[in-house]
Order: sequence, then C-alpha cells, then structure tokens
Amino acid sequence: MAEETRIVTKFLRARPKDSWTFEAARKHNKAYAAFEKALGMERADILEQVTMSGLRGRGGAGFGAGQKWSFLPKDVFPRYLAVNADEGEPSTFKDHMLIEGDPHQIIEGAAITAFAIEADCAFIYIRGEFALGAERLQQAVDDAYANGYLGTNILKSGFDLDVIVHRGAGCYIAGDETGLLSSLEGERAMPRIKPPFPAVQGLYAAPTVVNNVETMSTIPHIIRRGGKWYAGLGVNRSTGTRVFSVSGMVERPGNYEVELGMSFRDLIEGLAGGVRGGKSMKFFIPGGASAPWLMPEHLDEPLDMDRASELKTMLGSGAIMVYDETVDPLLVAWRLAKFFAHESCGKCTPCREGSGWIEKVLYRMVNGLGRPDDLDLLLDFGQSIVPGLNAPFSQTTICALGPSTMSHVVSLDRFFGDEIRARLRDDAARRSHLEVKSA
Amino acid sequence: MARVVGDADARSGLSDADRRRAKEIIARYPHAKSALLPLLHLAQDRNGWVTPAAMEEIADLLELTPALVLGTCSFYTMLKREPVGGLIVSVCTNVSCLVNGGPELLDELRARFVDGDVLVEEVECLAACDLAPVLQVNYEFHGPITTEAAVDLIEHYRRGELAARTVSGTSRNGDGA
Repeated sequence: MAEETRIVTKFLRARPKDSWTFEAARKHNKAYAAFEKALGMERADILEQVTMSGLRGRGGAGFGAGQKWSFLPKDVFPRYLAVNADEGEPSTFKDHMLIEGDPHQIIEGAAITAFAIEADCAFIYIRGEFALGAERLQQAVDDAYANGYLGTNILKSGFDLDVIVHRGAGCYIAGDETGLLSSLEGERAMPRIKPPFPAVQGLYAAPTVVNNVETMSTIPHIIRRGGKWYAGLGVNRSTGTRVFSVSGMVERPGNYEVELGMSFRDLIEGLAGGVRGGKSMKFFIPGGASAPWLMPEHLDEPLDMDRASELKTMLGSGAIMVYDETVDPLLVAWRLAKFFAHESCGKCTPCREGSGWIEKVLYRMVNGLGRPDDLDLLLDFGQSIVPGLNAPFSQTTICALGPSTMSHVVSLDRFFGDEIRARLRDDAARRSHLEVKSA
Repeated sequence: MARVVGDADARSGLSDADRRRAKEIIARYPHAKSALLPLLHLAQDRNGWVTPAAMEEIADLLELTPALVLGTCSFYTMLKREPVGGLIVSVCTNVSCLVNGGPELLDELRARFVDGDVLVEEVECLAACDLAPVLQVNYEFHGPITTEAAVDLIEHYRRGELAARTVSGTSRNGDGA
C-alpha cells in the first residue's frame, strides 16, 4: 500500500483550518524554532547541512541547493535572496498549496537561507493570480516582523532581514530564474543569458540566490533534523521527499508528498486512485508541461530525477498529468503548443517564431487538415530550437522555454509516430478531391 | 449591485491616497523601479484598468519614461489597458482543464456574458488542477464548477451578495495593499 511521507505538507494537512496563522504555526508546529537554532550556528555549518542533505531545487531544474549557495562570490555585498513563488508550469499546484497552507514555513526557510548566505533583503515573488496566497503570505510576513523574527537585530543576533512580498502580474516566464529577476526590477520578465549566473550577478547586478517555495519549505526541516537525516530519505541522488501534483484523468487528483524512489505506479494508482472510470491509461506527462511524455510501460520506473533523464524526460516541477485511452495525443500536444506560443517572451527568435509555427501546424493536424509530412516538418524546424531533439536538451534560446516547445512534439514522434503519420496520410487522402491540381 | 466599475476615462490617474500609498511602496524597495508592478496593480484597482494618465504618473513617480512603463504594463496578462468592467472571470483551458470540461465552460460563459461588467477570458494554467475545471472571479478560485454553478456564482458577485476582490485581486474592500 503506497503511503505519503509528509514533511513539508505535514502541518498544513494536520490543521487545515488555521495552519497559515502565526499563532497556530508557533503553538503547534514550532515555527521559527529552526531559524532560532540556525542563528546560533556557524554559517558554514548551515551550508554543510544543506549540502549534506542532497536537497535539489524543487522548481524544475533540480540543481543542488547547497551547491547553488556556494557559488556566491566571497566578500561581495549586498546579496539578495529571491524566493520563486511564481508557480506557472501547467498542471503544477504544489507551491500554491504550500503558500496558502504554510506561509510561515516558507518565511522561516527564507530567513535561514538569507542568514546562511548573508543577505539582508529577501523577496518572495508570488504569482499575481494567487490573491489569497499573497494575502496570507503578507500577513505572515507582518506577523513575523511583529514577533521579532524579521527586521533589525533579529533575536539579538545582530542579523537584519527584510522580506518583501512582491506580486507578479500574469506571466509564465517570470517563473524562470532570470526572468523573475528582470520582472522584480520592473522590466518585462525576459530571461537573461547565463553566465553571468544570478549567484554572481543577479538582482540589481548583485549576487543573488533564487530558490523555489518547496525548496525553502524544506530548509527548516533540514536544520531541525540534520542533513544526514534528510539524505537518508529518497533514492540515489534524489534525496528526501517531493510534493507531486497529480491531475488529469485520475480518480483523486491532488498533491501527494512522497519519498523519492516510489514508483509512478504507486503514486498514480496507489495514491491518486488510478485512471478514473476504470479506463486504461494512454500516456502520462511526468514533470509538468515542459517534460517529454512517458507511457504505461514506464509506470514501474522510480521517481528518481536521474532515472528520468535516462528515460529522456524529467521530473521537472513534480507535476504528473494522466490521460486515458479516449484522449487524442495531438489535442494535448496542440494545447501545450498554444501555451508555449502564448508565453514565449519574444526575446529569442527561434522560440518566438518557432513556438507560433508549432502551434499552427499542430492545430491543422489535430483538426484533420494536416499534410502527410507535418510531423516530420515539425521535427525538422524544431531542430532550429533544439538541435538534436533529445533530452538533456541543447538549445538555441536563452531559457528552457525554447526546448520545452518541442517536448510534446518529440513525444508524439517517439510514442505515436506511426499512428500519427498514418492518420495524416488518411486525412490528406480524404480531402484529396479538394486539392487544386496545379499544371 | 455590480462591483464598482472603474472610471473609463483615460485621463483619470491616481488619487491623492494612491500617491501616498505609492510612496510607501517605493520606499520598501532598494531600487524604486522594482515598485513598477505594485504601482500598476494600484492604478488598476483605482480605475478598473491601467489608464494612460496613470502610466504617466507612475513614470513620474519612478523617474522612468512612460514608454518603459507601457512596455512593462503590456507584457503582463493581468494588467488591462482598456476598461474591462468590474468582474474578470478567468477560465483555464490548459491541459488538465482541457480533459475536464474547461473549454466547454469557457464557451458557455462567453455566450452568456457577452458584454457589460463581466469580462470572460481564457487563461493559462491557474495552478489549481485538482479543482479542474477551474475558474477565478477577480482572482478568487472556484472549482470544480459546472456552467450553471458558474453563472449562478457570477450573478451573486454581480449583485454584491459575494464580496469580490478588486480587479487586480489585491483586496476585498478596495483599500489597496
């Protein structure tokens, strides 16, 4: 029987009626106790615990949290922390829950991180559409100030920290690490070329660490119980737990926090109840809209970030979408293409132009007007965005949105190629009497 | 009674209270320019949309060119550059809502609320796929929801029986944040 292992979701699940309040968080969840402990630790020890935990970023890229912090150049100040609460990857809704359910856990993680990296100003960039989340987060920040956990000379430690809750205004690419920084500076949220990496030149060209909400939420637990404890959970280089958002055509869509290493089958069938209505699964998307797809034959694979790479996909943002046998894969691919075409910021030509063309070609394909070679046409011009077309993706664009526009096209070819090519030929034959026969 | 619909006049900008609030917001940031998005939300809450006059005032407050303010404003979907009425109904049709009735819900609501004070718009994933099909009314989540229930809900907001947030979702009582 598959079971959840609740760490970051334990408190919000236990007290669904008031988990976001300062009173409840203090009284029933020892909120800020880990921060108090951290203030008494050497900064190097905090970094060591986080590195030892093996915690990898929970936003999508899966980069080592401790490693990211260690890239900050020595003796360059001011430094900033930016917490990425701009959850927008289609089908991902874990940060949404963590923000509304346990904002103090995020603030505590941010405070510990800011202390460890010697930043005296932290931003929480929250997606504009999360109105209730922003309200609760702001209230939580206000309460943390009022109780002496933020502000100047926190708990007489000599450490100062300001936390600013910053609302976005509707834009997927502000969730990209450098897009977020552009947006925070009042610009259009266009990603920046790396290097320089944000750790060297980030917000206002100062050293900046950008971490996801779930990553931040995990930090207090690592400080409280030790990096070794956290590293003991999970599998291989995928340590600890992750909150997976399971949705689409399952019996019980929702967020499930499980130890990494669990199989897709236990998560999708055991916890989320499997495909609804007793139907069989056609395919699933394992890591958000940007992730290449997997098939029912992959259900016994483990939730392991490195294993996902071997399968030419990724666990990405931890969002799993399940589709039953009645779904047209072309329809899903077209809707994803429409999303990326809408959200492409326009900075890099291959993505700006390519995303629109992919959407147009998929639209005619799904509506029975495809040309016989349309799938190959997509694969051909997709090469100009993602040379080689294979994960881990190389790219001609600044950010990962570019290659993401091809994930579903590559998946169509990989798993449904013959079926789709036959369908395109049939569609073309069916309407051949409409073709103008040129001389 | 419908929610207060903003002034459709492109020449109306910020109020005195807004300007005081704007200065507090600017003071929070290490660099004034970072206050641009919060100020655009503030302006939108004032007039129901971001008027050209408000953009020019914000440019003044932040010592930016109006063109830069427009450039940022036009990039983000929540910021409206024409009057939209008092209620914004955002219906998701992305890949989880797609297979749970999102597109049908959007079509039916669009047919039902053709004009007036309700704007029905198609939006990308709202990060609430466990509630599919999901919509927001002035950035308040509702789902899973049927067309009939959605129409009923919107009418409740329209009549003021449910307190709607401001058009930027900032607060329920219009005092800005």
